[in-house]
Amino acid sequence: MTVAAESSTIRSRRRPRTVRRALRGSVPYLLILPVIVVITAILGYPLYKLVTLSFQQYGLPELILRQGVWIGFDNYSSVLQDEVFWRTLLRTMIFTVANVGLTIVLGTSIAFLLVRVSTWVRVLLTAGLVLVWSMPAVVAVQVWYWMTNFQNGILNHVLTELGVGDYTQHDWYASTFSKLAMVTLLIVWGAIPFVTITVYAGLAQVPRELVQAAEIDGAGPLRVFRDVTFPILKPIFLILTSLSIIWDFGVFTQPYLLIGASHVDTTNYLMGVYVFIEGYAHSDFGRGAAISLLMLLMVAAMSVVYVRRMVKMGETR
Amino acid sequence: MSTASESAPRPPAPAPVARRAALVRRERRRRARRLAWNVVGLVVFATLVFPVFWMISTALKPDTEINSLAPTWLSTDTTFQHFRDAIARPYFWDTVKNSLIVVGAVVALSMVVAFLAAVALAKYRFTGNKLFVVLVIGILMLPQAGLVIPLYVVLARYGLTNELMGLVLTHMVILLPFAVWTLRGFILGIPRELEEAAMVDGSSRLGAFVRILLPLVAPGLVATSVFVFITSWNEYIFANVILTDQSNHTLTVWLSYFYGTSRNVDWGGLMAASTLTAIPVVIFFLLVQRKIAFGLTAGAVKA
Repeated sequence: MTVAAESSTIRSRRRPRTVRRALRGSVPYLLILPVIVVITAILGYPLYKLVTLSFQQYGLPELILRQGVWIGFDNYSSVLQDEVFWRTLLRTMIFTVANVGLTIVLGTSIAFLLVRVSTWVRVLLTAGLVLVWSMPAVVAVQVWYWMTNFQNGILNHVLTELGVGDYTQHDWYASTFSKLAMVTLLIVWGAIPFVTITVYAGLAQVPRELVQAAEIDGAGPLRVFRDVTFPILKPIFLILTSLSIIWDFGVFTQPYLLIGASHVDTTNYLMGVYVFIEGYAHSDFGRGAAISLLMLLMVAAMSVVYVRRMVKMGETR
Repeated sequence: MSTASESAPRPPAPAPVARRAALVRRERRRRARRLAWNVVGLVVFATLVFPVFWMISTALKPDTEINSLAPTWLSTDTTFQHFRDAIARPYFWDTVKNSLIVVGAVVALSMVVAFLAAVALAKYRFTGNKLFVVLVIGILMLPQAGLVIPLYVVLARYGLTNELMGLVLTHMVILLPFAVWTLRGFILGIPRELEEAAMVDGSSRLGAFVRILLPLVAPGLVATSVFVFITSWNEYIFANVILTDQSNHTLTVWLSYFYGTSRNVDWGGLMAASTLTAIPVVIFFLLVQRKIAFGLTAGAVKA
């Protein structure tokens, strides 16, 4: 009696245990399931749609009928033969290099400045950086628009007062170069805080003794930077640079709003604006999809460095 | 004779006065240098902060001072009229309400979903782990302008354009990966021993989780929610594309249409509206900046 009862309890216990073990193995999958479901539904499906759209004639009539017309590679050949595409790509690359370069150089310089100033200046400067960082892009655009306004913008006034030249009624939005320079100024201003604060945090990791030892050996500040500080900060610079490249290459809000929806055209397109106007604003979704896909592939290629780095760091933790 | 006598007399001690003078000189030079750096620091500070200052200062100035050719740096004739005008503009309160609804839904939905995934990434080793991380970070990097067309077409197909729900879903695409990645960092920051100790004391894994992990990770949850809030509040391109009716716009889009195409821009009103849009963001950002800043560079910087 007792033996039978015991064995039955053992048996009944054993089954749930294997079930439980199987369940425990599936816990992580159950936990990531919701994210997977949401992302597949609202990103995976659209991305699939993007690929099919890029092979279709898909304008407003097709959007209403919900049925595109298959046209093979016509969208791609139309885009790749379009001079506007290549010019835009080149312009965006130059723009990206200028923006990233300025952001990293200025951001890093301010980080080094932070190390050299007194505590109260450091606190003040850090607070200022965080304030700038927190400004929403659309708000910053409006402020820029006001400051660079040709009639009574403060920029013209200050430049004239400082004796840089006569900038009274100077229109900063007259030429393509000048327009994109204003956009650059706006983007760099907004991006500096992230770089500065990250580099400054990185500088705290540089061992003091190492710098002092190098200084005793007679190394000047530039030499110390090149041979001591920079190698230690290298992973940070790598990440900051790749992130900045990815962001600036695809930037949309600042150029679109600062140049103005009615003034963006083929002479001043950046990739983000180009894909938006050609695809969405002109309601040529098929061709827009082809451009989007080309752009996404380019950014994906640029992201490889960053993503690999992040995955590796995720493992070592 | 004795070695002691050779080594004992120190090199003829420099007159202490001269030594001190050298020290003082060096100290003075150090101070001068620091002073110079401080001046540079203050100039940089003033330049960086100027646009923000100019926005607020313009918003508080009477029109005569704004439109005069000689700028008034700080008005003595402060007025809140521009703020009253901005608020009285059509659709201000509608768009505030829309923004709050969208942001609220995005925060609530994405935080629950993201937290579960973050626990999986931080606490379990499973096959496909790496692939999932690549997916999460990869999506974070996608340029939003490139996603407008597919998302718009799909949302249009299901009748979700011009619906706040459509925008909520879109924002979740952008923000879920971000939230998963940041929360994972916060959970990893909690020592495993704490949880193990609770389990040794007889709690189940879930019990240990609820009683030990959850309270410790709460600040991280708050910080991530706030950041999701800010990003969703600031987002422009999707809000502009998906919500077509003016009464359906979010506050950010409302602001972008503020000056419209009219030639005489109401600068005071525009700056007041800008200030109003920025205020909630700035306040929240100041609260969480420290906690969040290092998510994107995790590992490269020890925060």
